[in-house]
Amino acid sequence: MKLTNEDVQQILQLLDATKYDELHLETERFKLTLRRNPASGDWTQETQVLWAPNVVQASPHASAVLNSAASGAAKAPRDPRDVVWTDVRAHLPGTFYRAPKPGALPFVEIGSQVETDTVVGIIETMKLMNAVHAETCGEVVEICCDNAQFAEKDAVLMRIKPGAA
Amino acid sequence: MTLRRILIANRGEIAVRVIRTCQRLGIETVLAASEADLDSMGARLADITICIGPANSSASYLNVEAVIAAAVASKAQAIHPGYGFLSENQKLAAACNHADVLFIGPTVEQLDAVGDKLKARAHATAAGLLGVPGGEVRSFAEAQQLAEQIGWPILIKAVGGGGGRGMKQVTDASKLTEAMDLATAEAQASFSDPRLYVERFVSHGRHIEVQVLGDGENVIHLGTRDCSIQRRYQKLVEEAPAPNISETLREEMHLAAVAFARNLKYRGLGTVEFLVDCDRDAFYFLEMNARIQVEHPITEAICGLDLVEEQIAVAEGRKLRWKQGDVKFSGHAIECRINAEDWEHDFCPSPGTVTHAVFPAGQGIRMDTHIQAGSKVPPFYDSLLGKLIIHGTDRKDALRKMGRALANMEITGVSTNLVMHAELMRENEFARGGVNTAFLGQFLQNRNREAA
Repeated sequence: MKLTNEDVQQILQLLDATKYDELHLETERFKLTLRRNPASGDWTQETQVLWAPNVVQASPHASAVLNSAASGAAKAPRDPRDVVWTDVRAHLPGTFYRAPKPGALPFVEIGSQVETDTVVGIIETMKLMNAVHAETCGEVVEICCDNAQFAEKDAVLMRIKPGAA
Repeated sequence: MTLRRILIANRGEIAVRVIRTCQRLGIETVLAASEADLDSMGARLADITICIGPANSSASYLNVEAVIAAAVASKAQAIHPGYGFLSENQKLAAACNHADVLFIGPTVEQLDAVGDKLKARAHATAAGLLGVPGGEVRSFAEAQQLAEQIGWPILIKAVGGGGGRGMKQVTDASKLTEAMDLATAEAQASFSDPRLYVERFVSHGRHIEVQVLGDGENVIHLGTRDCSIQRRYQKLVEEAPAPNISETLREEMHLAAVAFARNLKYRGLGTVEFLVDCDRDAFYFLEMNARIQVEHPITEAICGLDLVEEQIAVAEGRKLRWKQGDVKFSGHAIECRINAEDWEHDFCPSPGTVTHAVFPAGQGIRMDTHIQAGSKVPPFYDSLLGKLIIHGTDRKDALRKMGRALANMEITGVSTNLVMHAELMRENEFARGGVNTAFLGQFLQNRNREAA
């Protein structure tokens, strides 16, 4: 059985005529809770589709993605003498791009001199492109995230040795 | 032919919404999902789910070969592309023809005619419609030259796209390079087409669109929608019909939209978007969207049709079941897009896991969503959590019901723009109706000023 919005409407119409303020309905497939706010008389619904997805074909890409994520996490152990270096971090989780468009030259390379407002990359989160700024004057000394790799929030993207640019 | 099994090449609320109509029509559903969506509501509701690749949409939802392979493997007779992703992609439509799978949408030629926004402008002119001044730009120099010619500020748009992706407003030449770079990257990521064009930016226009439906021969319209409540060219609130416009203007827009679609011998569901200059009672062609749109439920509310059902019927090769005179409009509908974004912190995206999801229910209330307690909101896709659609006897009634319905909604675990909508519905200028595209920015600015 599949529960439609029309079904819910009809259940509500039936309930409206009764004194009941709550209805819980649970099947193998779904869970539905309807509640009436005693003050306003307004109804709310909570639904849970419980049916397990019927996935018929595992993707060959799955292990590749997991592997690349693992290698990314293991990268760049921090050396104590590096503390003077400043991290450029991802403000949001997303895909990190080093170049303005595919095929274009990267915004910066190791050795590039940057100002605080220099764009050093792009993070794509929920389809929005956000420019990543260096936020520090100095020289790019390490690039910690590869192009088109996923970066968690606050992940270190690159490191800058502060200094007059 | 009668379709018995459809593959849905999309995700989120629209996948769920298409599945529901298919279920009602007794059509089997196959969901093509990325690795990030294998436990989504769509995957739970579909009869079969096939993984078409990793989370990154360019490797899954934008991968024509993977989608076609999934359709062939699952013996689906047709593909419903939803909106966004490959919904207006000619390669997918052509690959469908090649693989003997129906594409639920217009023909390859029609997708080309409207998907390439420059060609669409030419077709609009041919159908007797006026467009906004502008044209293609292939370089910074060309963009600057064209901008000087048509006047700053300008809008940079993606030739291959819509929905605000790749769209940037530029006020002067100094910002042009960065804006073009970001627009190119967004255009490439969203549409696999980095080309850009430029239009004059009209700050005080209204965005009004007309829903059309064609069978390749006959075209009818299903009324207007006002989508002027936008932020960064992303629609947040829509209503149908468009309020506070003269009936003459409304009818002219209906006729223009039908003329445009008829000129293309359009087959399928489409939307003709106009920029309306209300001071002059004039309107300009913006583009045509050759797909179902996010805001289609408000049209369904006022005209009583199921637009996915109509899409399927036309794709099956049937003639339109309705003549223009058969379409009756009743009441007023409003949609609020509920997004996972922190609207008080510059609409910062808020991916995460939904811990609690309670939605309003009752007469005239429709919630289209793929969210339930425990749902993941991945960072890879857009931030839409769902759409609250209210149908009232008139605009005032719809506004009042919307206010109450929003107050009864509760989503925890991710930040949402729920409170923004509630405040917006109480705002006097919005309540009067007919605000322009600059309104929401003003509203947010005023609010920030009061908070400071």
